[in-house]
Amino acid sequence: MTTREVSPQSADPLPSHLSDATADEASLRRFLFGLPGVDPVGIEQRAAGLATRSIKRGSKLAALDLAISMVDLTTLEGADTPGKVCNLARKAMLPDPDNPETPHTAAICVYPDMVPTAVVELRGTGVKVASVASAFPSGRSSLDVKLADTKIAVDAGADEIDMVIDRGAFLAGRYGTVFSQIVAIKQACGDARLKVILETGELATYDNVRRASWLALLAGADFIKTSTGKISPAATLPVVHVMLQAVKDWKAQTGVQRAVKPAGGIRTAKDAIRYLVAVREVAGPEWLDSYYFRFGASSVLNDLIMQRRAQLDGHYSGADYVTVD
Amino acid sequence: MKWEYSPAPESSAIADINDRYMPFIDGAFKEGSGEDRDTINPGTGEKLSTISTVNAGDIDRAVKAARRAYENVWSTMPGAERGKYLFRIARAIAERSRELAVVETLDNGKPIKETRDFDVPAVAQHFFYHAGWADKLQHLGLGSAPQPLGVAGQVIPWNFPLLMAAWKIAPALAAGNTVVIKPAETTPLSILVLAEIIADADLPPGVVNIITGAGDVGSMLVNHPGIDKVAFTGSTAVGRRIQRELAGTGRKITLELGGKGANIIFEDAAQDQAVEGIINGIFFNQGQVCCAGARLLVQESIADEFIERLKQRVETLRVGDPMDKNTDVGAINSKAQLDRITALINAGIAEGAELWSSSCLLPKNGYYLSPSIFTSATPSMRIAREEIFGPVLTTMTFRTPDEAVTKANNSPYGLSAGVWTEKGSRAMGMAASLRAGVIWDNTFNRFDPAASFGGYKESGFGREGGPSGLAAYLDTDDEAVVR
Repeated sequence: MTTREVSPQSADPLPSHLSDATADEASLRRFLFGLPGVDPVGIEQRAAGLATRSIKRGSKLAALDLAISMVDLTTLEGADTPGKVCNLARKAMLPDPDNPETPHTAAICVYPDMVPTAVVELRGTGVKVASVASAFPSGRSSLDVKLADTKIAVDAGADEIDMVIDRGAFLAGRYGTVFSQIVAIKQACGDARLKVILETGELATYDNVRRASWLALLAGADFIKTSTGKISPAATLPVVHVMLQAVKDWKAQTGVQRAVKPAGGIRTAKDAIRYLVAVREVAGPEWLDSYYFRFGASSVLNDLIMQRRAQLDGHYSGADYVTVD
Repeated sequence: MKWEYSPAPESSAIADINDRYMPFIDGAFKEGSGEDRDTINPGTGEKLSTISTVNAGDIDRAVKAARRAYENVWSTMPGAERGKYLFRIARAIAERSRELAVVETLDNGKPIKETRDFDVPAVAQHFFYHAGWADKLQHLGLGSAPQPLGVAGQVIPWNFPLLMAAWKIAPALAAGNTVVIKPAETTPLSILVLAEIIADADLPPGVVNIITGAGDVGSMLVNHPGIDKVAFTGSTAVGRRIQRELAGTGRKITLELGGKGANIIFEDAAQDQAVEGIINGIFFNQGQVCCAGARLLVQESIADEFIERLKQRVETLRVGDPMDKNTDVGAINSKAQLDRITALINAGIAEGAELWSSSCLLPKNGYYLSPSIFTSATPSMRIAREEIFGPVLTTMTFRTPDEAVTKANNSPYGLSAGVWTEKGSRAMGMAASLRAGVIWDNTFNRFDPAASFGGYKESGFGREGGPSGLAAYLDTDDEAVVR
């Protein structure tokens, strides 16, 4: 199979070394294997070093507001109901009713069948509706099913689609399959922005994370996203370092700025701020915007709100003063 | 979005700096008979404290105290008992780590991040490691009962004041020697806080004596007839003089001197981590590191792009107040050192090398330099041959592995080298061909008390750390081994 049949739609053509990389399966493979390796000891040392940055006072309050504005508030359970999704949508719009100036979250993230409920609740609020699709979370189905799944979400009004890659194909070295599925789903997204979940916990090595990041960027991903949240480990700082470096390098080579979304495992405000430090120092300050960086999380929002209130009030209030939705 | 970090200064009150510090001789802090010296905070350029220094008479008292302690207590004490003292000191260092980190940063100018996360933890590790050896000397492979040498005279530099004190004191004591040690004149404070810890640990008087002063005091110490062993870390010029002066005395010497380490980047390296390793290699402790990766040798096929990546990353280094927890690069230790570095930078420019410096803003007061890179240097330039001992990287290119080895070894020094390649066989081959005491593979400036450290050629001789470091404080003559 050649990947040329379904090449990504792009306003600006890619530089030739990148467009040639997707000419066929063999070229794609050569390109991905030609990327510089990632030394695990070195990247973990750097991530641990940056995690010791001390963020205090004004910079902390700014970081908390920024982090809240970047949350994709997520519920992805078999037990999800319209009631649950409504509560979540309300929370996204008004995270802290006692402090209404608190920014709203970037989006809520739900299963495709919950998109209509979310769209009604969030119309006109600025909070986006994101939907997982493509046989989430395992990705184990045919492309037809994945496309149909995507279509359900897009037709219902989802602004953003979170797809999963075929990890089985990736680990078997069938990079063309992974590539062409992303390209096909990107086309099915229309105007919706596409987040490509690499499920880094299953890719296991940093070299694989780098290859998968570039594969997704080549196929037209608007976001590269770490995890489904269903596999442990989910997002980790060193993995996100690799992905931030990939979007930085992509911008240097193409001029186009793509986005990153860690998901899963981010539970505290402290965790979130560490990611923001990594965004600032690895990718660059121009990524410090909810258009270019998101947190896929649920519980972190209340910790962010509690820490924000502590910054404003000078003392901690307690979990009962923050709404549980 | 513009998101800057607010200042996050560590509290200098934690250090509780006294107005005056005194030498520690025979278990007590006593006024020295030399002239007072001021110690300066290089981060601000302001006076930090006054130090009472020693004269020849004080040195004589210190050496005699060390001799008495050696003969009456320390050399005859069972190793397990010596180990207990060392463990006690190690624990106290860990307990007072925050205070020690602040003292070291105020007196030396290195960032609090480094003293907190590297220097002080490494100091405690050195004492813990050597405490464990104290009762196991017969397992070093030096015979069934290796004997200590006697009184060690030790002179240490200003770049890692407390860590070098630990490197010298811990193995000497574990092996059963007593010590008279002299810190550098610009950084005497942290070792005098260590003296408090030693006193609190009830170490017998005279086992550790700390004398203060400048180079003349160090010279008198190493030449004192009551010294059995000399250990020096510092410049090659001084090391050379010590060796000349001690020739024929039969005194055992170890010298850990200068370096001009090569950091070799192959085209197949993990490039992002290699960039980090280069930065760690030359900007760690403002480049004032004898084993710094001062010469970057990068394969020509990737050189332009790679050096561009390196510059971009250097631009993100946070340079400034050493007490700020987010500072990556702090102050140069002294005005004199800043002048030396500046003179060498000017020599490089005059010889035609292109200088690139980070655009970071530097504080008005104190001794600071922007992280800098000399691109397009050639091996004949002074900046490629002489130790700069500052945050200045010299870059050169190579084409083949053989050329990399030749260029890396083409130095009067031989202390450290780094090799960056994803190809294991090449890393091993390079390690076998490089004449350097320490070779790091895909990392740089990593230290462990169990790993021996030391140089080839003008970088000195003798090893510190690990079993070979202990051997430098034991009588390894044949008859002693038999005995």
